[in-house]
Amino acid sequence: MDQTQKTPTKRTELQMARSMCWHCQSEIHGEYFCVQCVKVQPVSKELDYFTCLGLPRLLNIDTDVLETKFYELSRVFHPDFFQNKTETEQAISLGNSALLNTAYRTLKDPIRRAEYLVQLEAGSAKDIRTSPPADLFEEILALQEDLQEFRSAAPGQDPGHMEDLRARLKTDREALERRQQDMESRLLELFTKWDSLQGRAEQDDQLRTEKTAVLTQMRALLSNRTYLRNIVNDLVETIG
Amino acid sequence: MARIVGIDLGTTNSLIAYMDGDAPRVITGRHGRALVPSVVAMTDNGLIVGDPAKEHLVRNPERTVYSVKRFMGKSLEDVAEELTYFPYKLHEQGGVIRIQIGEKTYSPPQISAMILKELKLRAEEHLGEEIKKVVITVPAYFNDSQRQATKDAGTIAGLDVLRIINEPTAASLAYGLQKRTQGIIAVYDLGGGTFDISILKLKNGIFEVLATNGNTHLGGDDFDRKVANLLLKEIRSRYNLDVEPYLDTMQVVRLEAERAKIRLSEERKTPAVIELPAGKGEFRFELTRDQLEALTRDLVEQTIGPCRLALKDAGLQPPEIDEVVLVGGSTRMPLVRQRVQELFGKVPHSELNPDEVVALGAAVQADILSGGTQNMLLLDVTPLSLGIETMGGVMSPLIRRNTTIPASAKEMFTTYADGQTSVDIHVLQGERELAKDNRSLARFQLKVPPLPAGVPRVEVMFLIDANGILNVSAKDVRTGQTQSIEVKPSSGLTDEEVERMISESFKFAAEDLKARQLIEAHTEAEAILKATEKALGLGGHLIGADEIASIKASLAALKAARVTEDHRAIRARIADVEKATHHLAEVLMDSALKEALQNKKLSELP
Repeated sequence: MDQTQKTPTKRTELQMARSMCWHCQSEIHGEYFCVQCVKVQPVSKELDYFTCLGLPRLLNIDTDVLETKFYELSRVFHPDFFQNKTETEQAISLGNSALLNTAYRTLKDPIRRAEYLVQLEAGSAKDIRTSPPADLFEEILALQEDLQEFRSAAPGQDPGHMEDLRARLKTDREALERRQQDMESRLLELFTKWDSLQGRAEQDDQLRTEKTAVLTQMRALLSNRTYLRNIVNDLVETIG
Repeated sequence: MARIVGIDLGTTNSLIAYMDGDAPRVITGRHGRALVPSVVAMTDNGLIVGDPAKEHLVRNPERTVYSVKRFMGKSLEDVAEELTYFPYKLHEQGGVIRIQIGEKTYSPPQISAMILKELKLRAEEHLGEEIKKVVITVPAYFNDSQRQATKDAGTIAGLDVLRIINEPTAASLAYGLQKRTQGIIAVYDLGGGTFDISILKLKNGIFEVLATNGNTHLGGDDFDRKVANLLLKEIRSRYNLDVEPYLDTMQVVRLEAERAKIRLSEERKTPAVIELPAGKGEFRFELTRDQLEALTRDLVEQTIGPCRLALKDAGLQPPEIDEVVLVGGSTRMPLVRQRVQELFGKVPHSELNPDEVVALGAAVQADILSGGTQNMLLLDVTPLSLGIETMGGVMSPLIRRNTTIPASAKEMFTTYADGQTSVDIHVLQGERELAKDNRSLARFQLKVPPLPAGVPRVEVMFLIDANGILNVSAKDVRTGQTQSIEVKPSSGLTDEEVERMISESFKFAAEDLKARQLIEAHTEAEAILKATEKALGLGGHLIGADEIASIKASLAALKAARVTEDHRAIRARIADVEKATHHLAEVLMDSALKEALQNKKLSELP
């Protein structure tokens, strides 16, 4: 039995940087402001964005709830409300607001949210590299060649051939866009799967294996999707 | 907490406003005008600002500076195309434009500081207290250098600039406060020299900017230039006369073009009249609205692209915009309104005075900062991506455009050679792929301990504060030591220069005060001469010949004093006239009262 496994604790208050007030050294239990001296406390830089916005580590998020929480915390930390305070308090407000803004921006967008979660769960935040989907490798190579030819075409080039090229690129673009959409819906399925795993009460090896599998699949999908998106953007830029 | 006021430092006009109870109010000058023309003239008697300086545009074109906002935070290269349009001479020193006036040169922040001081004085006279703390607005699309230059201007003027806020967002504050609007609004702000579009979400007192875009070199000035060019062409063909060498007439043409453009917002056609130099007589031309629209259609069209980009960045379609708000004098043009309406598919709002709404919003923000208004909060964004130059001259973005501010990004740096002691960092702003195509904000050297290549780890924190201004700090990850970084702005004043300009501004203050007092005395003398002569005409028959004689003598003395440059003497003669006319004024008042009574029926009397 693994006694150290922690169940996700639900917190209404943020974890603050220190357990002691920077100003009066009173004890702090996650309050935004010291109970004794009412000074604002810095949010821990190690705090993850889900906790920061008071949300469980799930992928299907009610964006209205997210927004409400973001607005609520903005009213707590925004530098506008610290204009009459000391320099230290102003600096804390600035740091907290910047972190809050990053957290909100990351969680608002489903793709960024998923990328963040994958990195977070991986521990030592490894970047998600972009890579082509293995089964599309040949097609993408051919497409890149066409794209290169189309771009470097001299003005006098055979117009008939250029039209063919454009038509081929257009078909490729549409195929890739469909593929991208397909990947996104598969991602959404994984979101739901992840959330149900997170909701399970028992914490055992089976669960951990399943979670790892979901994360691995998401990582691959995200990396392929970014790759495709870049190509589609290239195509849109070139052929319109 | 001392009072904080809001300032709209515009290209053409500037305003100052404050929170009066729970409503923002602009401060008007002596003549009831809220707008202070952003014009500074260097006369032989010192410096003058605003309406009186505007008169010098024609009299003294080489020594009168207007539209200085176009040069804030810019290098000479940035504005090369339009240099020929300005009668004053520009050159560059340390990457910053300097304006040459006579023997002296001034940086754009120094000129702006003069306008700020004028506004400060106006507010102090009105409110009867010293003003030190201000909020100043800038175009949303202003980059870091332009914002910093605006902050410098405030510092040089002896002001504590608590916040730089974006003009369209300021407008939304004033608008939202008045209308209690909720939902998505687009603020289309076409001013004298700049264009901004901002898309905001208003919800329960939070004003969240979703996206912003614009062009800091597109505004009413450019419209005037099109009209002026037409007039110049017409003069050339009709009289075989090149007006360019006549700097004073060039200003007459520019101002007449502006007036004609303004009139054409109300009328279908309007005359333009210009007194020509070289004894060529008077030039008359009839300009129609159709002509104006044909000339400026492409300029209006240039605002549409940024609107589309802002919509795209906000992830919205035009029908999803609930309300469109117009800001800036140039939005009075029917063509502009028509295009905006076409784009968004709804009639834009223009109930609030487009000249004043930005200053009003600045006053609201000032009140938020002073702790007065607590239910409103503005969450603005950075208009341009911030990044650093990486290998191969590529721009690597760290903070993307339209990121909510304050925003921060961390980047780890290390060395590529053994024993290397510093790393050069080049900070950029813009949306282009290559470093050289973006705006260079600053360069600095990161100090690293001499260690084998790749071992040092220095974390640099780039933080964009609530003003949209960049702050950089660095920390050695191994030792935990922080290092202060001296950032050399690529086109901005250094701290020492700002310091020097502050002390200079105090040195000139005495001189400027003299000029101001003289102008005020002159203005007052004019007014009292006119009023007294009118009063003599009306009530001369009601007083004795001796009295008339003494009044006339006092008037003659004032007329003689008026041409001098001794404001004390003029003031003394004004006092004499007031004394001499005291009785006449009473008599007139009595007769006016009687007349008023006589014109009424008995039944109407109380």
